[in-house]
Amino acid sequence: MKNKLLLLLILTVSVLSLTACGKAEKGENGQVLVYNWGEYIDPDVLVSFEEETGIEVIYDEFETNEIMYPKVESGAGAYDVICPSDYMIKKMIANDLLATIDMEKVPNAKKYIGSQYFDQSREFDPNNEYSIPYCWGTVGILYNKTMVDDPVDSWDILWNEKYADNILMQDSVRDAFMVALKRNGASMNTLNEEQLISARDELIAQKPLVQAYVIDQVRDKMIGGEAALGVIYSGEAIYTQRENPDLEYVIPKEGTNVWIDSWVIPKNAPNMENAHKFIDYMCQPEIALKNFEYITYSTPNEGARELIEDEEIKNSPIAFPKLSDYNALETYSYLGEEGDALYNELWKEVKSE
Amino acid sequence: MNKKLLATPHIVWSVAFILIPLGMVLYYGLTDRTGAFTMAHIITIVTEEHAKALLLSIELSLISTIICFLLAYPLAMMLVNMNMSQHSFIVLIFILPMWMNFLLRTLAWQTLLEKTGVINSLLGFFHLPPLEIINTPTAIVLGMVYNFLPFMVLPLYNTLAKIDKNIINAARDLGAGTVQTFFRITLPLSIPGIISGVTMVFIPALTTFVISNLLGGSKILLIGNVIEQEFTQAGNWHLGSGLSIVLMIFIVINIIAEAIFDKQGEETAS
Amino acid sequence: MRDKLRKIYIALIFLFLYAPILTLIVLSFNASKTRAKWGGFTIKWYLSMFQNRAIMQALSNTLIIAFLSAFIATVIGVIACLSMQSMRRRGRALLMGVTNIPMLNADIVTGISLMLLFITLGVQFGFMTILLSHITFNIPYVILSVMPRMRQLNPSTYEAALDLGASHVQAFFKVTFPDILPGVLSGFLMAFTMSLDDFIITHFTKGPGIDTLSTKIYTEVKKGIKPEMYSLSTLIFITVLLLLFLVNRAPAGKKEKEVTL
Repeated sequence: MKNKLLLLLILTVSVLSLTACGKAEKGENGQVLVYNWGEYIDPDVLVSFEEETGIEVIYDEFETNEIMYPKVESGAGAYDVICPSDYMIKKMIANDLLATIDMEKVPNAKKYIGSQYFDQSREFDPNNEYSIPYCWGTVGILYNKTMVDDPVDSWDILWNEKYADNILMQDSVRDAFMVALKRNGASMNTLNEEQLISARDELIAQKPLVQAYVIDQVRDKMIGGEAALGVIYSGEAIYTQRENPDLEYVIPKEGTNVWIDSWVIPKNAPNMENAHKFIDYMCQPEIALKNFEYITYSTPNEGARELIEDEEIKNSPIAFPKLSDYNALETYSYLGEEGDALYNELWKEVKSE
Repeated sequence: MNKKLLATPHIVWSVAFILIPLGMVLYYGLTDRTGAFTMAHIITIVTEEHAKALLLSIELSLISTIICFLLAYPLAMMLVNMNMSQHSFIVLIFILPMWMNFLLRTLAWQTLLEKTGVINSLLGFFHLPPLEIINTPTAIVLGMVYNFLPFMVLPLYNTLAKIDKNIINAARDLGAGTVQTFFRITLPLSIPGIISGVTMVFIPALTTFVISNLLGGSKILLIGNVIEQEFTQAGNWHLGSGLSIVLMIFIVINIIAEAIFDKQGEETAS
Repeated sequence: MRDKLRKIYIALIFLFLYAPILTLIVLSFNASKTRAKWGGFTIKWYLSMFQNRAIMQALSNTLIIAFLSAFIATVIGVIACLSMQSMRRRGRALLMGVTNIPMLNADIVTGISLMLLFITLGVQFGFMTILLSHITFNIPYVILSVMPRMRQLNPSTYEAALDLGASHVQAFFKVTFPDILPGVLSGFLMAFTMSLDDFIITHFTKGPGIDTLSTKIYTEVKKGIKPEMYSLSTLIFITVLLLLFLVNRAPAGKKEKEVTL
């Protein structure tokens, strides 16, 4: 026992020292602390940023806006650049957590980001002073052509008992309620209690048909043929179709969520200068293109779109839908503390059912 | 004198990182956003969705504990009787899986159990009906049993290995049958191991949120999930702390029960 | 016949314990990026994993935290055991009770309580907060394996060493320490393993930019695990397994009757 333990110890210590040697050296021009969605950037981009600027990137990931927010609010983590979604940016502005971005220091943003995306951002950032769009898209239904024989054009199909145990829903409050509210023709930002309660009841009624509530796993499960229908972000659709050609993406006729994820700089950012440099770098067309190819989420960067060689993707209605073709499109807005609490409460009731 | 001073680092550590943090949970759990005292966060446990989550957690963790016990006891007896010269080897075989990350191991069960997963592909190959337990409470129980079985086997093995063979032989000589020997000698003597095994399975099973997330498809809300969501998503620390206090009450009951059953707990609990 | 049944039973349990691990090993050779599809055999993940900075960083964080926390917990634990020897019964029982809290308490409550503490103190979350938390939950495991050894010690040998002119420190390292060494080592190893396998407490006490393998995997679970993660785990697992076999085949020293977890 004794010898064995000793040997084990020696092993662990040696592995330890080996890996510790491989640690990256500190950046000569300081650091930038980036807090982004999981798998939401091409890792090579981070490396090239470090090489070109000498700024070390400390990179951290979150799964949902709701997980990110308390970390930033409590000051438990001081980040320089964060990439939240629309409604969360509004909440962060409302709670005075964000610093204004100096547009002079991010010339690439003005030059390459399409003006319509800045216009759309006004819904949560009225003066376009806090956020620079990074990715955008819609939410829709991804379905497997070999498993679904009804026409898919409405959220209704997610309540069709024929597909019991074959439906994947999003595991986040706003997205789940968006589906139910839109289906009823209500606004997905409603605070009308009646509408919300009927949405809750429908989600509860739907629950036995749902195979699982997932976030990004919907991708793997749809590729593997685990489920017939799934609620998914448009950015995942391109990737999943590439892996499994039987899959098709649809924006339901009742309308859906058009979302934007944007770069913001929190007030307590320790490295403001580097944060601006980082955002500007991300807006370079070549870099934005690299990210687009890696994560397949639609880029608001017109420069990058021009560079896409594959005509099919460049004009893909999934990656770059013409928003005027659809009706009842909305962007999430911040509901206020009480609104948030109400949604959370109702969601918990759905989940515990 | 000298030797008592040696306890200082440990005592300071315990106060700073065990007692004070628990005090913080109590503080948050018993106050509201304005800092005023309230019992409201503790009482919310009786609201429908919280009570349901708690009862389901208790039910699933009890089932898992019983299954673990039923699986582990015969196994531990067999291992002891095998007269393995390498006792440490057995222990390490059970610890070894822990070197493969806990989340990955649980995720692997997803791959095994999925509708189009490994097990169902095998069953389909032999024209057997598919196993449909993924995203059900059964899958969560399986995940709990899988993850916590070693914590039941090891203490049982330790106590059983310590039982003097002569006592058992004596009982046999006095005419006791196998069944009698087991119920009158082996089982009573292994109670300390049973207690620490049960604790080490029941508590983590009661409070897990990872297993229910990975194998329950987020459809099944356990009390651990509620607390985790209050902290990381809803951002309501007061409610999360209040529910944690309720959990702690269960743990304290468990510890007291253990102390009553097992006066020499610290020697055998491992 | 009974022997056969017995062997089958043990084999089944082992199958149960090791089936997921086997699955992971198989997945590490899967050429397809997703878990759901078998895309042919490949070893490319084993090569690309060394280029993946995030994974290597998480690995080194995990190992450094496991090693440091186990080491510091061992030092504190051994000193605590020494001092508890000379304590009164009640004092000792009380201290043991407090020490065992992190082991008996739910991980989620321990994690939350430490998070609240660090936030209140205004500590910047990161490497240090994880390390402090891991030391805290590692200490009881060390004490649990050292204490029984300590009890078996014959106090007169220590006294004798003192009588012969050794200082307290000398007496400890020359007399006591060699006797409790197996307990110390198994305590260290247990602590190391616990730290390595912890997710929940790290989840609540980690800060920006620092990931252990566990937290890294948890983030990846939602998005689809990178295949490099499978190959890394396989590599760690195989290394430990090989080591165990080597050690077991080598002529063993004196056999240990006592098995401390």
